[in-house]
Amino acid sequence: MNAKVLLFLLLPTSLFAQGFAGLGLTADGFSTPAPNYDFTFPEDHGPHPDYRIEWWYLTANMTSTDGTEYGLQWTLFRTALAPEAGEGWSAPQLWLGHAAVTTTDDHFTSERFARGGIGQAGVTADPFEAWIDDWTLSGDWSDLRMTASGAEFAYDITMTAEGPLIFHGQDGYSVKSAEGQASYYYSQPFLSLDGTLTLPEGDVAVAGQAWIDREWSSQPLSDNQTGWDWFSLSFDTGDKLMGFRLRQTEGSYYTSATWISADGTTESFADGAFDAQPLNKYQSPGAQVPTQWRVTLPERDVDITVEAINPNAWMPLSVPYWEGPIRIEGSHQGRGYLEMTGYE
Amino acid sequence: MTRTVFTALLSHWRRNPLQLFTLLAGLALATALWSGVQAINAEARASYGAAAATLGEGQFNQLVSDTGGPIPQSTYIALRRAGWQVSPVLEGRINGQRLVGLDPLTAPGGLGPVTLGEGAELDAFLGGAGQVFGTPATLEALSGIEAELILSPDVAPATALTDIGVAQRLLQREGEVDRLIVAQIQPVGRPALDDIAPGLSRQVAQGGSDIGRLTDSFHLNLTAFGLLSFAVGIFIVNGAIGLAFEQRRPVIRTLRALGVPLRRLMVLIAAELLVLSLVAGTIGVALGYVIAALLLPDVAATLRGLYGADVAGTLQLRASWWVTGMCVAVGGTLLAASGAFLALARMPLLAAGQARAMAVAAGQTARVQAGVACALLLLSLILGFTADGLVGGFVFLGAMLVGASLALPLILDHVLRFGQRLSKRATSQWFWADTRQQLPGLSLALMALLLAMAANVGVSTMVSSFRLTFVAFLDQRLSAELYVSTEDAAQTATFLNYAEGKVNAILPIRSVEIAVRDLPTELFAGRDHSTYRDNWVMLDASAAPWDDVHSGESIMINEQLSRRADLNIGDVVQVQARAYSVSGIYGDYGNPIGQALIAEGEFDALFPNVDTTRFGLRLPQNEVSDFVAAMERDINLPASATINQANIKAFSLSIFDRTFTVTGALNVLTLAVAGFAILMSLLTLATMRVPQLAPVWAVGMTRQRIGRLELARAVLLAALTSLLALPLGLMLAWALLAIVNVAAFGWKLPMFLFAFEYLKLFGFGLLAALLAALWPSYRLARTPPSDLLKVFANER
Amino acid sequence: MLLSARGITKTFDTADGPFQVLRGVDLTLEAGETLALTGESGSGKSTLLHLIGGLDTPDAGEILIDDLDIAQMDDTARAALRCGAVSVVFQQFNLIPSLTVADNIAFQARLSGRHDAHWAAELADQMGLAPQLRKYPEQLSGGQQQRVAIARALAPKPKLVLADEPTGNLDEATATSVLDLMLELVADTGAGLLMVTHSDRLAARMSRRVHLARGQIA
Repeated sequence: MNAKVLLFLLLPTSLFAQGFAGLGLTADGFSTPAPNYDFTFPEDHGPHPDYRIEWWYLTANMTSTDGTEYGLQWTLFRTALAPEAGEGWSAPQLWLGHAAVTTTDDHFTSERFARGGIGQAGVTADPFEAWIDDWTLSGDWSDLRMTASGAEFAYDITMTAEGPLIFHGQDGYSVKSAEGQASYYYSQPFLSLDGTLTLPEGDVAVAGQAWIDREWSSQPLSDNQTGWDWFSLSFDTGDKLMGFRLRQTEGSYYTSATWISADGTTESFADGAFDAQPLNKYQSPGAQVPTQWRVTLPERDVDITVEAINPNAWMPLSVPYWEGPIRIEGSHQGRGYLEMTGYE
Repeated sequence: MTRTVFTALLSHWRRNPLQLFTLLAGLALATALWSGVQAINAEARASYGAAAATLGEGQFNQLVSDTGGPIPQSTYIALRRAGWQVSPVLEGRINGQRLVGLDPLTAPGGLGPVTLGEGAELDAFLGGAGQVFGTPATLEALSGIEAELILSPDVAPATALTDIGVAQRLLQREGEVDRLIVAQIQPVGRPALDDIAPGLSRQVAQGGSDIGRLTDSFHLNLTAFGLLSFAVGIFIVNGAIGLAFEQRRPVIRTLRALGVPLRRLMVLIAAELLVLSLVAGTIGVALGYVIAALLLPDVAATLRGLYGADVAGTLQLRASWWVTGMCVAVGGTLLAASGAFLALARMPLLAAGQARAMAVAAGQTARVQAGVACALLLLSLILGFTADGLVGGFVFLGAMLVGASLALPLILDHVLRFGQRLSKRATSQWFWADTRQQLPGLSLALMALLLAMAANVGVSTMVSSFRLTFVAFLDQRLSAELYVSTEDAAQTATFLNYAEGKVNAILPIRSVEIAVRDLPTELFAGRDHSTYRDNWVMLDASAAPWDDVHSGESIMINEQLSRRADLNIGDVVQVQARAYSVSGIYGDYGNPIGQALIAEGEFDALFPNVDTTRFGLRLPQNEVSDFVAAMERDINLPASATINQANIKAFSLSIFDRTFTVTGALNVLTLAVAGFAILMSLLTLATMRVPQLAPVWAVGMTRQRIGRLELARAVLLAALTSLLALPLGLMLAWALLAIVNVAAFGWKLPMFLFAFEYLKLFGFGLLAALLAALWPSYRLARTPPSDLLKVFANER
Repeated sequence: MLLSARGITKTFDTADGPFQVLRGVDLTLEAGETLALTGESGSGKSTLLHLIGGLDTPDAGEILIDDLDIAQMDDTARAALRCGAVSVVFQQFNLIPSLTVADNIAFQARLSGRHDAHWAAELADQMGLAPQLRKYPEQLSGGQQQRVAIARALAPKPKLVLADEPTGNLDEATATSVLDLMLELVADTGAGLLMVTHSDRLAARMSRRVHLARGQIA
């Protein structure tokens, strides 16, 4: 087995990993999230090396001038071998980057690995910059710039915030299971973007909306949770909805959602309020996944179907999963992103 | 029915245990030689493979510093941040072991400690005291270093793998890397290398490890041996099966007459052969393992000494090796039995019982055989003039060997006919005529002898030619009497101060790795001294090559670089900003990579940062040991920092002697196999000989006389065959040296002849035939008169 | 009718061109009947026996054994016939040298799955082979070897026994005793016997006699 794959399977990176016994039950000196955390910025945009895992996760829905739809992903994961920052090659912080561009016909992906402590990858809070190799996400969170490249694609995007940061769960304390596993979780879903996609057929100027998720934890999953389906939905009304369901070994699942009004006010919904039911099974390049869903949140009169713009948006990386842009129809219309992990 | 028939078939072996033994032994011997040689090759290749996989030299392009020094780690980070997908490697030596530091996160897939399997503590590998992976011998040498030692048999011998951070700490080279592996897939829109790291240049992947390519010449010898001995072995098995079928003809007829259908009989005989070949294959593979285990230490020493290739001295059992060994045994049996099988299938029920001579070649068959032999020999003649490249060389070899084998019985027949015409006396006339009559039955065994002898002549010539060339080459290149290495600039200064005036000349040796036309090349600084002018032998040169070099306008290159980069005298070689014309091409045997030499002044200007730490000293040979002792006493330069030229040469010669041990052992084994083939054929013929000899006995020749003539007949045939094998073997050697060698390794070896060696081989060939014929002729000489009489009584 | 052969022809290729050995031979044999087939050397009597035994195939004609035409059978079917319904006793004995006498006697019956240990023992006893059962064929005299071959042929209780000069390799006294034993046992089993011989004396012991000359029944 490739050492790299092994690395990310054996280590507790594992919101992606599926049901490793004992995972998340002990924290080995790592800090664990607690309610009533007092977020401070820009510090909390930076890394939290005393937590086991952390990510900066950006997805975007875009269109070119001729109306063609695109999606993109820029993700930087941090995973810690020990709860300290460290210096040089022996620093116990490892970094993993995923980037993708999805068109209606193609899905381009790339992956990067790096050690912390030598400057190849990292995040600084002030001024804010997150990078791995030549991929960057930087700016003051009012204005941000993002670049990434792979063997067949590259992009260079600028973004402007048009709304506040959003805190999920209980003021940013997001519970992930009935047993109480939790993470810190905030988002910036109000980004408008402009930029250029470099694709095999040439450069494409695009405009659209982006959504950043920030999350960190040390014990993210309960040991009976096998994967998750995560939705970030932007309705044409300007309202937004984040919802996920964590699938459990016995077939049940745990849901959570945040309703984000156009003005930035939020309402969190505990387990059971939000629901998502798969409507199909599609043989994507890596696994059978549902690429059509019925999503409901009765409290907000949401009853919609979402469908992948490109059902082949499989991420064939060291940790494989499905991630791609979706269209929304039904009680609400709009665009969004869907991520599905733990399908084999 | 099946069981009954099977019992009847197997009961034959119970009543003829000697025959069973010869069949099993022949097959086992053939399998053993083949799989033994394969085991040695596989073991060595696995070692090179492990080294290449560790270091990525074969598959990936590399970035190295122009000046030959280390690359700052900051340059690595700068390249990564510019999008270049490169991975750092740091190398050094600790306790004589090569320590290689890699970054497992960025190394291209498949590189690095591949056994970093389940249970390996990745955080322990990546941080803390770190982990070092190596073979038991490597780890023993490294005991005491500050890291956890992890046993890993897949790591190349004398090499230890660790994280690059750990390597930097253990080698005390923080912040440095030696080279960067360039991943095959790179992102779009990446800036040019010169914009990010102007001091680095790219080395193109070599497509297979250098060591592997270099040592292929050695493995070629072994493989040729293995293949030929297997071919010889198949002749034996063919003989043994032929004998068994011959003897069981009446039984097979009876079985069919009693109502066993032919198809079932064939299936059962095939099953019987399958069982026997599996048994023999198992014995053979086990024997092959023993052969390989006995020879491997010599092979490993040879490879290490000749090529610097580290090969584990102990053998690992590989499943693939067992499987191929068994396949070879079974496949070989089927191949050898196919003739007898076809004969059985076509044999009419009623004719089956008649004892008849084995496959006496009918006139038409002989004509076809002659035609094919002529066509093949003609093809090889044409290829001999036109072939270049590996494939051409091997087709040439194949056509020549097969053609010669097919022609052998016809040539022998003509020689014997000529002998018959010359002879006057009745006995000798009968002797020649009877020998001709035996020829068809013995021809397969004689072909085996021909191939074995030719292989021995060819490979001996190749190895011995290589030895002569290489030793002469060492004399040229190791012309200084003493070599000294210093550790740092201070010690260099002390040494130079001290040695100045005490010796006849001090010749600094300086080199740097560069790329010439994208080929890795070692560039040396040459001082203007008679040592070089007098000793170096040029394969091609301008009118005054050394003057041209020292004028600062020219460069000399080795043969490998000349052939690979297609550089000839007068062509221009670019080294950084300077252009040099090639003024000389010299032989550089045993070197895997390109080499070049420019004037010392030019070198200093281009590579000011390369320290001089090695020197060749010219002084009278008898003063060397005193001088070494004096240096140790006066300036504290240890004897271990000096190399005595005489010692190197002695070492090189001892390595060649190891090579000869291996070659010699294989010589004896192949001849033994050929002798066995002759024995089997004679035993087969012996059953048919009695009726042929009975009339001669009846008319008054004693049985002892008949036995002696039988012996003489075998030796005569072996001698004629061995004589024919000599030119064939020389052609084989020529093809290996002049065609295959050039294509595979980039240099041509001159061919030398070794008359005494051939005489010895000839003697061995006769001895093998004599030993093989001893028992059958003894048995003939002791045939009871009653058996001879029965011939007349039984005749219908 | 146990055996009925009609219009059998057979031609061999020889160095001097094709030679027609059999030129339309007709022959019948009832169960329990013993028939001598006599003729000069080269008259084709052995060839005819081989054809009836399914060891060779005729160029034309039919050979019915129990109303089955063996000329139309393939090799496998004819082989099955040989190890069961029809047994052949050869002049050259054709024993299997690597098997003991006991195994040789039982061999053909085992092949056809008709082995009967009592019957085999009785045959050995009657043939006077009881003391030789553990020996190998090469340790026996010619007469003993032929008795083993006859016992082997009778062990499967065949309907038809074909014998090709069964006593040709034996001296006269031995030949007589072997023939006596064979006739006695064939009579016991009720089989038909077709024996090729060139001896008038032996032919006279059979219930009927036909003579083959120039490829035809005279």
